[in-house]
Amino acid sequence: MFAQAIEDILQDQCTPAVVRAIEAGGSPLKLWQAIEGAGFLELLASEDADGAGLPLADLFPILSSFGRYTVPVPVAQTIVARALLGSQFAMPAGMITLGAALRREASGAIVCSLTPYGLVADFVLARDGDALLLLPAAAARREATGVHGSLVATLRWPDEGVATRVPGAGPLLPAFAAALHAALLSGAMTRVFEMTLQYCNDRIQFGKTLGKFQAVQHQLSVMAEHVAAASIAAEAAFRTDVTTPSLLAAAMAKSRTSEAAVLVASIAHALHGAIGIAEECDLQLLTRRLHEWRMAHGSETHWNVLIGNSVLAADMSIADFVQSV
Amino acid sequence: MNPTEENFLNNLLSAFRFAALPAGTNPFRAEVKAFLQSSLEPMPADIRARSWMGFNAAFSKKLAARGWVGVTLPARYGGASLDAFSRFVLVEELLAAGAPVSAHWIADRQSGPLILKFGTEAQRQFYLPKICAAEAFFCIGMSEPNAGSDLASVGTRATRCQIDGSSGWRLNGRKIWTTNAQHCHYMIALVRSSGEPQDRQQGLSQFIVDLALPGVTVRPIRDLAGDAHFSEVFFDNVLLADDALIGNEGSGWAQVNAELAFERSGPERVYSSIVLLEHWITCLRRSPHASAHAATIGRFATHLATLRNMSIAVTAKLVNGESPLVEAALVKDIGTEFEQSIPVVIEAAIAMDPDAPVDAELYRAVAYVSQVAPTYSLRGGTREILRGMIARGLGLR
Repeated sequence: MFAQAIEDILQDQCTPAVVRAIEAGGSPLKLWQAIEGAGFLELLASEDADGAGLPLADLFPILSSFGRYTVPVPVAQTIVARALLGSQFAMPAGMITLGAALRREASGAIVCSLTPYGLVADFVLARDGDALLLLPAAAARREATGVHGSLVATLRWPDEGVATRVPGAGPLLPAFAAALHAALLSGAMTRVFEMTLQYCNDRIQFGKTLGKFQAVQHQLSVMAEHVAAASIAAEAAFRTDVTTPSLLAAAMAKSRTSEAAVLVASIAHALHGAIGIAEECDLQLLTRRLHEWRMAHGSETHWNVLIGNSVLAADMSIADFVQSV
Repeated sequence: MNPTEENFLNNLLSAFRFAALPAGTNPFRAEVKAFLQSSLEPMPADIRARSWMGFNAAFSKKLAARGWVGVTLPARYGGASLDAFSRFVLVEELLAAGAPVSAHWIADRQSGPLILKFGTEAQRQFYLPKICAAEAFFCIGMSEPNAGSDLASVGTRATRCQIDGSSGWRLNGRKIWTTNAQHCHYMIALVRSSGEPQDRQQGLSQFIVDLALPGVTVRPIRDLAGDAHFSEVFFDNVLLADDALIGNEGSGWAQVNAELAFERSGPERVYSSIVLLEHWITCLRRSPHASAHAATIGRFATHLATLRNMSIAVTAKLVNGESPLVEAALVKDIGTEFEQSIPVVIEAAIAMDPDAPVDAELYRAVAYVSQVAPTYSLRGGTREILRGMIARGLGLR
């Protein structure tokens, strides 16, 4: 129900032209207000707190569609941040993104480096040990990465004075951020696959469509396999009865989707040929993000180390370990 | 083109939604674990690594006595009347333990369900109780010297004849790469019963061939690992009674495809190298250098968990009565890639430092798995065949 409603809004409001405009520095406000106005920021809040009380399993297709439409505002992050802050919190209006890292410098400055949506967000919610810090972006110096079209930024606050400290939920943030990005990657990869399949059905060379060549068919088959694997791994992190993803399931989700992202982007570009790297082709909106999201909140290598150390420390077989996740 | 126009472009990907095993399978899993703990003799890793290539009739009989051969067959034929989820659990535990399950494997996985689906009542009553008692072991007669991936070109031929006044069939030809034929009682063979080779999928039928009949010769083929699980089977004027035909005459191709959905969809397409992986982890836990391999182990665990979820999604389709041919092909292709990557990585890891001692059992296990790993993407359909099926599922051919 919500998934379809959101899909309708995104189809109307989050067109590739809108994405390009916001990436080029245009205002995200109109898109943001359309999403906020439809009440989609309170999906996870309990019904007592006027939220939708949506189970995590039902959130998965919604977050995937944000990836599918390459939504250039941190709406997935804001939904999660609001859930992490809790219904008792005096919730600020505006876009909240999740910090991927938090560092204190000798001067007392706080730095959140390479923050997804750091160029457009109003707030950054970051983990500080067991606590969360909510930091207003207006008080920060925003440093763009210099990567073309990217909304990632490093934010620097001169001191902690502007931060609101929320005790308790800090450790939940990495798992949620990993699961969230896994869902975004899953949605974006599914879309990349569909675009590539369509392109191979349309493009004619040597007198027949690309999809008629066996070598191309096999590449599309491999792509389908990895998109299917990545999507089920991402969904698994959301299939829980509790309100937050488990760290291991989220780790596996982010690891599997991040690994697949490279292969999916690579086959998509190989099959699209030169047009795929042209600015005018929508493929680049997705494949640039596949690599950006692969790196956001830890690549597959980061999460694999965590998972591997858990396997090594566990007093059980790998088969039992995998079943227990 | 906007994203929603193509939302339903392919149904294949949407088949892979997360499906959990029902909680009801947990007590069954505990029973299987307890059985394996008490019934499985200790074996070194390189022997356990053979698992569904490991023939041990005594173990199969023990399993049958527990009621766990032919688990999905109805109780009236001696089966356990369990669903495909329970079979998934049983198979998963057997393979993780490296149990020697090859004797009854084919009958349990595909011959039994095939006879149940396409057999006459008399055939069911004759064969199924024997399968469930581990008294009838089956092998698959598909490949021939000149019919490998091109299965429809089989040349073994059954022709109508009279045997002692009643109608029957005369079988001539040969099958090859048949697993365990020298130990099995029956083969379900795909043969030409009418028409010519150029008729392709038309005119093929399946027969249950009693391998003790006159005219049947089985020649084991030794493999590169020193085992002889393959064999070549010759049919020289073998006389088959009318009731050797299973299903309809001429429907062999459709029946074989239904059978292959069972063959390809199980967890054995994910767990072939699990004993090796488990033993490597056990060795690492004793080593001071384990953490150097944490990322590799984490990656394997992630892939295993994901493939398992994909396999459960396919099993859910079997439980719903569907025949998920393409989905099973997809899981098998990506699953064998994972299985084949395990020995590659472990060989590199254990020989990273020539001065470091290597566990002798691990050394033998990785050698064995490396040697047989090429078969993972041959048996049950090659990569090329499977990718062709996926492409067809995507509407490309």
